[in-house]
Amino acid sequence: MPLMPKTMTDTIKQLSNLLSEGKASSVELCKDYLDRIQRRNPTLNAFISVDADRTLIEARAADALRAAGQSGVLTGVPVAHKDIFCAEGWLTTCGSKMLSNFVSPYDAHVIEQFKAAGMPCLGKTNMDEFAMGSSNETSFYGPVRNPWDTERVPGGSSGGSAACVAARLAPAATGTDTGGSIRQPAALCGITGLKPTYGVVSRYGMIAFASSLDQAGPMAQTAEDCGLLLNVMAGFDTRDSTSLDRPKEDYTRSLNLPLAGLKIGLPREFFGSGLVGDTAKAVDAAIAQLHALGAQTVEVGLPNSKLSVAAYYVLAPAEASSNLSRFDGVRYGYRTPEYGDLTDMYEKTRAEGFGGEVKRRIMIGAYVLSHGYYDAYYIQAQKLRRLIANDFTDAFKQCDVILGPTAPSTAFRLGEKTADPVEMYLSDIYTIAVNLAGLPGMSLPCGFDAQGLPIGLQLIGNYFDEARMLGVAHQYQLATDWHTRTPQGI
Amino acid sequence: MQWETVIGLEVHTQLTTQSKIFSGASIAFGAEPNTQACQVDIALPGVLPVLNKGAVECGIRFGLAIGARLNRINSFDRKNYFYPDLPKGYQISQFAMPIVEGGELTVQVGSGSDLYEKTIRITRAHLEEDAGKSLHEDFHGMTGIDLNRAGTPLLEIVSEPDMRSAREAVAYAKALHTLVTWIGTCDGNMQEGSFRVDANVSVRSVGQAEFGTRREIKNLNSFRFLEQAINYEIRWQIEQIEDGHKIQQATVLFDPDTGETRAMRSKEDAHDYRYFPDPDLLPVKLEEDWIEQVRASLPELPQQKQARYQDEWNLSAYDAATLTGSRALAEYFEAVVAGLGRPDAKLVANWVMGDVSATLNKESLDIADCRISAVQLAGLLARIQDGTLSGKLAKQVFEAMWAGEGDADVIIEAKGLKQVSDSGEIEKIINEVMAANVKSVEEFRAGKEKAFNALVGQVMKASKGKANPQQVNDLLRQKLSA
Repeated sequence: MPLMPKTMTDTIKQLSNLLSEGKASSVELCKDYLDRIQRRNPTLNAFISVDADRTLIEARAADALRAAGQSGVLTGVPVAHKDIFCAEGWLTTCGSKMLSNFVSPYDAHVIEQFKAAGMPCLGKTNMDEFAMGSSNETSFYGPVRNPWDTERVPGGSSGGSAACVAARLAPAATGTDTGGSIRQPAALCGITGLKPTYGVVSRYGMIAFASSLDQAGPMAQTAEDCGLLLNVMAGFDTRDSTSLDRPKEDYTRSLNLPLAGLKIGLPREFFGSGLVGDTAKAVDAAIAQLHALGAQTVEVGLPNSKLSVAAYYVLAPAEASSNLSRFDGVRYGYRTPEYGDLTDMYEKTRAEGFGGEVKRRIMIGAYVLSHGYYDAYYIQAQKLRRLIANDFTDAFKQCDVILGPTAPSTAFRLGEKTADPVEMYLSDIYTIAVNLAGLPGMSLPCGFDAQGLPIGLQLIGNYFDEARMLGVAHQYQLATDWHTRTPQGI
Repeated sequence: MQWETVIGLEVHTQLTTQSKIFSGASIAFGAEPNTQACQVDIALPGVLPVLNKGAVECGIRFGLAIGARLNRINSFDRKNYFYPDLPKGYQISQFAMPIVEGGELTVQVGSGSDLYEKTIRITRAHLEEDAGKSLHEDFHGMTGIDLNRAGTPLLEIVSEPDMRSAREAVAYAKALHTLVTWIGTCDGNMQEGSFRVDANVSVRSVGQAEFGTRREIKNLNSFRFLEQAINYEIRWQIEQIEDGHKIQQATVLFDPDTGETRAMRSKEDAHDYRYFPDPDLLPVKLEEDWIEQVRASLPELPQQKQARYQDEWNLSAYDAATLTGSRALAEYFEAVVAGLGRPDAKLVANWVMGDVSATLNKESLDIADCRISAVQLAGLLARIQDGTLSGKLAKQVFEAMWAGEGDADVIIEAKGLKQVSDSGEIEKIINEVMAANVKSVEEFRAGKEKAFNALVGQVMKASKGKANPQQVNDLLRQKLSA
């Protein structure tokens, strides 16, 4: 029985209710999403891999569990996964030619968690190559288009996941965030995305870009959905030495906490001359809305945050240059078809297998780690990182949560910033400090610009304060409807 | 020109853990290629290292055994370079903060009158992972990569450049080998690559303060090769300098067939490894009570036993060093001493270093395979002590015991080898011999000392070797001077 089109805008929460009330089966839901993917993906290019047979096998298994009375809250609710997560039997490309033939023999921890929750995989979403980018234009598989305006970028690196949720090709998707790669595309696509505290979600099976900065997180239509999905994703994993062993928590527990008495910090550095136009207006309106809900705002300082992009573009490439050394054509992945000796094989394989941005960052990384430059660049950047983190610790003495814009502008045109890498890097100016400090952060829709392009509001929580941060977002989403808007043609 | 050699050794010891240092795969030797390399070892996308606690414990054990400083906080760094047997394109090692720093090993060099003691200082010991193996033969112009060994835990032990000859280097390497097998951190199997030595060798003119340029001889896996390689390298370097050439820093390989060292042609100039802290691993924190636990579990160490053997039992430094050549040998020796009613360490030492070791060597056996247990040997030596057996006959009994004919007493009984100590009986034999050898008696009385020995020989022969030699001596002299 075909479902009402309205179902396509159902949240994870609503789909869960539909399934538990017997009003739909997982197979029916998945078929509808797969149908929409087939129709709209050629334009949006949000997915790299779709495998309807595989998805429906998982959906049938979920329905069987439910029939046997063994289902959980989210059994049968489908999600899409960023192609950075190794998933057994799926092509896992990381947006790169280097892994264009890599069918993963194992599941990432995150994938295992979703499987254990009985949530079928709708497909692997497109992304900037090796998670390096802020516009999803560096993918070997072609750029992703923003569903709000297909001549514009969706943001990156989790552009495919953001676009697919915005276009409702999936009710939610997983993403990863190293300098803003969940939050910035969430802002540009008008959806809600969260990066948890570093260490909360296991990185095992998540292809590494910058090990000390990478974190996986949910991208969905609402804060509540993000909380439900974080419950699935979070948890200690012995296979990741940076994974934290903490008592299990319910990230939806504070959704209904009223905002009376909440102190919201507004960093003066985020509200300076860089914040202009419609973005400034939308953020101001959001602040007013939060005041109306009972929250207070206080100005705080993050004096070293102006150095965060510079510090990040030393540290992240340094770690990446080492993490990407394993892609050498020897054991798996792409190998150049003709070569003379070993050195020739290495050079050709990596020259041909990697795109330009990846090569740029590998070279930067090797340079800042090299003899004679290590102290001046790498060590210096690590020191700055400590100062940036300390700023947040100080700020949180005066407030409970920090607020600001997510991105300096709304979605820009395809090709607009590709000529100048640094200009592209500045897209992350508000998000990067959060990764350097390891704090949790999220973006939620707070308006549109004159051209109808979404604007995102960023919340930053203290360490392990995801539940409170989600609560603030949820209360805001109860009082507003930005997050329910969908692009034309959905 | 008088030349002085300066040598430092870097020894890679494979640790006796259950699994690899950063994954759960087995480290057992001899498996089919690429059957003991899990996804972490192959460096698939997305995998992460997890530290093996047993490897850290081996590091603590070794550090305590050499009296080194254990760095309570130590950490891992990435050493970046490309090679097919290094799957990640970097080796996880310890650069900035190794687990062990300092420490020393005192070794006996030379033998006999040439024997001297030397203390070699140890700079550091750090944990790291081994690479896989590259096999160049059998693959028709290609190279086979076996990743079974990739990720095997290593403790790399770096000495100060304190050695001044190949002999000293070998003595140090042997003592280090004995120590790591003694404390159980390494199985010491050099053929299987468990213990590999790199030798840094340079020469300088005597009296020169600065060190000469050194060359590094890599991957020596026998003491014999170590000695040969160093000696060749020294001669080669001296020749080069005398011919007017400067020594270039290089990594060299030793060819056992030619006995020569040769610079590795494919090696570039000194690599920039771009070391940086591995962000996938947390710093290691050594708790005090863990260290104390490990300390309490250490056996008495070779140097401690040597000191005790010399102090308590008056054995020589050489004997003490020989008897502590392995933990098994030392424990055997001590068990025999303990098994004697009246402990006589010197007697036991002579037998263990003598007949026992000789027999083991002849049959290429280890002390663990000795056919005579410590208790059995004690039983034999007790019969020497109580006069039942002469030393000479004891050797016969030893051989019979080795052949499996039973304990000492059983054999003595069966072969009727009890020493004759009854003076009456001995006198009787002496009288018979003196009567039968009148010429010898007269020669002795005329002053020929050698005749005495001939008579003793005759008495021993007549008693089938069983007469107590001391009593024969005394009684014969008595009678001859009467």
